[in-house]
Amino acid sequence: MTTARTVVTIAALTLREASRRRVLLALAVLTVVLLVLSGWGFSRLAAESGDSTLTSGEARLTASILLNLVMFGFSLIAALGTAFLAGPTLSGETESGIALAVLARPIRRSAFLLGKWLGLVVFGSGFVVLAGLAQCLVVWATVGYWPPEPATALALLAAQTIVLLTLALLLSTAISPMASGVVAVGLFGTTWVAGVVGGLGASLGNDAVARVGTVSRMLLPTDGLWRGAMHAFQDPSALVEFGGADAEAFPFLSAAPLTAAYLAWAAVWVAMIWGLAAASFLRKDL
Amino acid sequence: MAVGNDAALRAEAQLVAGLPPAPAVWCSGLRRRYGQRPAVDDVSLEVGRGEVVGLLGPNGAGKTTVIKMLLGLVHPDAGEAMLLGQPAADPAARARVGYLPELFRYQPWLSAAEVLALHVRLAGVGVSAQERRDCLSLVGLAERAGDRVGGFSKGMQQRLGLAVALVAGPELVVLDEPTSALDPLGRADVRDIVLTLKSRGVAVLLNSHLIGEVERVCDRVVILDRGRVAASGTLAELLGQRELRLLLTDLSPAAEARLAAAGRVERAGDWFTVALPADDDGTAVPGMIADLVALGARVHAVEPARISLEERLLGILRAGAASRSGGER
Repeated sequence: MTTARTVVTIAALTLREASRRRVLLALAVLTVVLLVLSGWGFSRLAAESGDSTLTSGEARLTASILLNLVMFGFSLIAALGTAFLAGPTLSGETESGIALAVLARPIRRSAFLLGKWLGLVVFGSGFVVLAGLAQCLVVWATVGYWPPEPATALALLAAQTIVLLTLALLLSTAISPMASGVVAVGLFGTTWVAGVVGGLGASLGNDAVARVGTVSRMLLPTDGLWRGAMHAFQDPSALVEFGGADAEAFPFLSAAPLTAAYLAWAAVWVAMIWGLAAASFLRKDL
Repeated sequence: MAVGNDAALRAEAQLVAGLPPAPAVWCSGLRRRYGQRPAVDDVSLEVGRGEVVGLLGPNGAGKTTVIKMLLGLVHPDAGEAMLLGQPAADPAARARVGYLPELFRYQPWLSAAEVLALHVRLAGVGVSAQERRDCLSLVGLAERAGDRVGGFSKGMQQRLGLAVALVAGPELVVLDEPTSALDPLGRADVRDIVLTLKSRGVAVLLNSHLIGEVERVCDRVVILDRGRVAASGTLAELLGQRELRLLLTDLSPAAEARLAAAGRVERAGDWFTVALPADDDGTAVPGMIADLVALGARVHAVEPARISLEERLLGILRAGAASRSGGER
């Protein structure tokens, strides 16, 4: 059997697992709830600004911040979803014995792992892109705000999800399914907090504190990619409105777009972590 | 030049085609340690094409580890293994191998028919939907083909596992405790399936605790103890020793000497057990009885006693334990 066919078969199986295990349904319900709530919130915002109590610039700032806030909610759902899906799908299967019969087939373990990863990538990025796009449409319909670079923003959100699920996959080759989900989500939260701390440091001019954010963004690129996504969602005037560099201290605005070097680093990071996961999985005794 | 090469190649191909096929399983010097404890220590065994070989031994003897090493699921520390003539380390060697693991679990969110379809796809062979249905009905799951595996009992999951092992037209089937969750009827089914495989020329490596099962279907037996091959051979070789039980009275010293001449004698009251030579041509027993009667002994009963595989297995394992404790002292 060709490796490509194995990869596609396993990826399709992973997607089918996500839908059959009601993960898809759960995510769809959460998404709809979040969309409806945010739609209501944005329509209230539009009604308030209709009274001309908010200048147009303030409205854009508020819309940008709220959009980023809701998107953070989606990225959190995607992070939790994929991390808790990636754990059980690999280590859960090796623990329960499901993997024994599958891996005794004439397939390479690396192809099996690539299939799992690909299935999760399609699932996770599919979710954030669809949910994010729906959210952008809700915002556009309620307050008439359309992000400057929606495609870039959604792609970066997807990239953030891929980074986290690759990490969860690596963890699940080494530790138990539950632990791998908890550790992956824990690291995701820690990096986000470190990013906020770093932003505070930067706005206060404290280099040592600012470095916390920079280092954590290199170690786990989720927060860096998230900041890039926020920058592409928010209105360019929002930063000026908020007070320029002070915006760095605020967790739901991003001061600068991503550099190409950082994107390259994120890609290298994913490849590296995937390679480690493959090396660990290949050596594993089932 | 090219024509000459062609002819030479064809001659070589004919030569190779004429060779007997490589054994279904061949391994040599397999070793595996878990921490300080050697789980498998220098195991070599062979399963010929179409041969049914039983793997016996107590818990923790390393039977499952040997099977997993053959299938590339556990990495050996040392040793070599070949499946159907290809190195076991190459996944392609498993193209014609079916496996029922000891820990049998299948995707609970798939139906039985979908599990089979998945395995057929992964095996990379063409198996028609009809053949897959036949395979499910062979293991008694035809009625449940469309039901989710999550709702199956353990016995039904094991039956499904058997179907998975058989579905892709294997030339070698590895069954690790295939009847552990089955009722007596299911065990009989498995026995019939193994015998059918044997008649079709499919090699089977059967690991089972149920000695009776092994004794009925296997051509050869390999007994593992503490990670080593304690004994191996055909059933006739392992059980070759035959015994005769006799109830005798009025035994004169001459008759007793005649009895001892036939073989090793054990006595319990008036019961005598004589170990007969393996190369007996069928004359030893009548000759001995006639002599005993002629020497004045009264013969009340003569019973053939065959050593069961269970007794032989226990004998081998106990001898191994005794020699170990002797060595440790």
